[in-house]
Amino acid sequence: MSTTKKFLAVAVGLGMVTLSACTSSGSDDKSDSGTVTLVSHDSWAVSKNVIAAFEKESGFKVKVLKDGDAGQALNKAILTKDNPQGDVFFGVDNTLLSRALDNKLFQSYQAKDADLIPPEFLVDPLKHRVTPIDFGDICVNYDKAYFDEKGLTPPESFDDLVKPEYKDLLVTENASTSSPGLGFLLGTAAKFGDDGWQDYWTKLKANGVKVVDGWEQAYNEEFSGSAGGKKAKGDRPLVVSYASSPPAEVIFADPRPKTAPTGVATGTCFRQVEYAGLLTNAKNEKGGKALIDFLNSVKFESDMPLNMFVYPVREDAKVPEEFTEYGPQVQDSETLSPEKIAKNRDQWVKSWTSLVLK
Amino acid sequence: MAVPVAFFALFFAYPVTAIVARGLRSDGAWHLGRITDVLAQSGIRHVLWFTTWQALVSTALTLLIALPGAYVFARFDFRGKQLLRAVVTVPFVLPTVVVGTAFLALVGRGGLLDELWGIRLDTTVWAILLAHVFFNYAVVVRTVGGLWAQLDPRQEDAARMLGASRFTAWRTVTLPALAPAVAAAALMVFLFTFTSFGVVQILGGPTFSTLEVEIYRQTSEIFDLSTAAVLTIVQFVAVGAILGVHAWTVRRRESALRLVDASTTARRPRGAGQWALLAGVLGTIAVLLVLPLTVLVERSLDAPGFGYYKALTSDDSGIFLVAPIAAIGNSLQYALAATAIALLIGGLAAAALTRRDAGRLVRGFDALLMLPLGVSAVTVGFGFLIALDQPPLDLRSSWILVPLAQALVGVPFVVRTMLPVLRAVDARLREAAAVLGASPWRVWREVDLPLVRRALLVAAGFAFAVSLGEFGATVFIARPDNPTLPVAVARLLGRPGDLNYGQAMALSTILMVVCAVALLLLERIRTDRAGEL
Repeated sequence: MSTTKKFLAVAVGLGMVTLSACTSSGSDDKSDSGTVTLVSHDSWAVSKNVIAAFEKESGFKVKVLKDGDAGQALNKAILTKDNPQGDVFFGVDNTLLSRALDNKLFQSYQAKDADLIPPEFLVDPLKHRVTPIDFGDICVNYDKAYFDEKGLTPPESFDDLVKPEYKDLLVTENASTSSPGLGFLLGTAAKFGDDGWQDYWTKLKANGVKVVDGWEQAYNEEFSGSAGGKKAKGDRPLVVSYASSPPAEVIFADPRPKTAPTGVATGTCFRQVEYAGLLTNAKNEKGGKALIDFLNSVKFESDMPLNMFVYPVREDAKVPEEFTEYGPQVQDSETLSPEKIAKNRDQWVKSWTSLVLK
Repeated sequence: MAVPVAFFALFFAYPVTAIVARGLRSDGAWHLGRITDVLAQSGIRHVLWFTTWQALVSTALTLLIALPGAYVFARFDFRGKQLLRAVVTVPFVLPTVVVGTAFLALVGRGGLLDELWGIRLDTTVWAILLAHVFFNYAVVVRTVGGLWAQLDPRQEDAARMLGASRFTAWRTVTLPALAPAVAAAALMVFLFTFTSFGVVQILGGPTFSTLEVEIYRQTSEIFDLSTAAVLTIVQFVAVGAILGVHAWTVRRRESALRLVDASTTARRPRGAGQWALLAGVLGTIAVLLVLPLTVLVERSLDAPGFGYYKALTSDDSGIFLVAPIAAIGNSLQYALAATAIALLIGGLAAAALTRRDAGRLVRGFDALLMLPLGVSAVTVGFGFLIALDQPPLDLRSSWILVPLAQALVGVPFVVRTMLPVLRAVDARLREAAAVLGASPWRVWREVDLPLVRRALLVAAGFAFAVSLGEFGATVFIARPDNPTLPVAVARLLGRPGDLNYGQAMALSTILMVVCAVALLLLERIRTDRAGEL
């Protein structure tokens, strides 16, 4: 018995040493009130000089925790909301916003320049728990070369996609695991209504739509129009992606082509808006508020398009030339109110899964 | 005993319970009715059915393909056998993402088979089944082959002398002795394939989903914690049952068998039939095990002048905050720490389990130690996130979390390796030392340690290799600026472009080489009674 006790004492002692060792090494700046921590998804990116300018102006040092893809990062933030891993969360979008609000992830804070945000983006006008930062459109992209070669007009609308001339051409993402996949489903629900979208998907399935798990796979492997897809010998000339994908194809090509190799079916778009919010129980509230003001500032919003391939919500922020030159003019993308999405999302995804995947 | 129990309570039972409770408890009450609700859904029942079905088929296929291999390794002596034994074990400790990638490179679009004959299997269940055979070949060869090598061939000879046909002799003499080992191997393969995650995730696409994959989707993507909790419980019960049966067959196997030294039973193959069998097994290994690994290496070299390897050292890719090459250093450090923890915990547990007065309860703990192998890594990862967040155990941002999670999967291997050897130590030696006045510590140092030193090294090697390859839990808790090799591979694979793909292949190759070297070293110090798993 005594040996067990001795072992225990030794082990506990060892454990303490390890624990204290790692807290002292791990807590490099935790207790420092001069640090503000941003929790975001893997796509977060910002130019170094822009964030440095904020650090200099505000006096706060910014620490970024990229915590998985958009859904994972949000889910982890909700699970840890009683003792959050940071002060501000950026990257919850309108399709998942209700999950964040219902779980009381955010506390109220109205950004300094909130009145400069166009009213159509404001979703929580009474409590100001989230600040809209950017938006993008989820749309079907097409491979221009394929349609030129076949002498076929590319599809423009949801209705076009179920026509026989586009049979076996479209690849989309799993609505239960992928954010563009869910956006596309919500777009059809907005277009065809609560009862009509299932009929539409039945037709789409009959017309040979292919479903893969994630955007990477759909866009870079299955789609024939992207740089990655060409290398992977992708054979689907239609893919659910973003309206900003064609400019990205130009910007990341070397040498840059004169025109984008892909186009956008502008009648198939669903609008996605991304928000930031001050986390409940944030340890550095003051720094968090300053950070939200920064995310909402013209400087950041003009910097973000080329870093994350989204459009700024502020009209006075600069949209890069490449976007206007190679990107589409999306006039009327489908939208759904966050309340409506909240009410139906899970049920729709479930019905969609059994309708399309099973 | 107290330390391993405390370790498992704190770093396994508590986080897992916390995350399950989050799903099934609200407003201070348990909602067990959710269990039946979830199980009534046809989608969930489909997942259950597919999980079981593919595990059964994978197990049958693995046995079919690997049993001849077990025989060859047990009975034949040929050049390069040691090396080959290490080679067939490499897949077992490779991270599933790497295996999935290797198979994609082999049977996917633009893969080797596609280029040669236009055959693609990546959207079929065959890719999953073949990858499972690839993974578990070593389990059968090591478990069954290990025992087979120690069975006295003269017993079978005697039966034949007495007039039995070759098959009758095998059926009535060897098979009964071998059956428990075959059953144990089959159960382990069933367990591993039943809880398969990375392989199904990469090769299965949205249509094929095992319980483990579904738990991941429900927790991490759909955020339906109730469903995830119910599925975790279902998997827990199923795995518990499998382990129970496994423990029972192990106990039967320990029953009286006349074993001989393995080195005396193997001889060079004789006659055309035996040479053909050897050639057949070697051919199978070449196609099924070596080919996917070769494809991996070939793809990693698919740029002039080791381009992909060179690219690993630059940190401007934007995916990581560090150059991918740093992942190697991280991995080695984490794996070393995890090995140390696993040896401490596993060694203490094994020592407690060998004590004469170890009761039923303690023996039950034996099976319990295996449970982390069967519980979803996602569950453990998320559990860590919500359970270990209060001082003095606010470990969420601490590096120690990764080795702790890896140690959880390392401990079962340590226990499995140490237990047979420790049990073989004559208790009278310890008693004699104690009578002569040695303290318990001294008894351990002077009696046990010299006898088990080799087993300890083997256990360390296995724990190291397994920690190195652990992916499921690590991917959740590794910090973005400190990725491990498998995490870095997965992240590179998730990015578009040739360069990222090539770098993923290069990192996988490096990981594979590290594992292979560790295993080769193990082969050199293999103990006669090396544990099996």
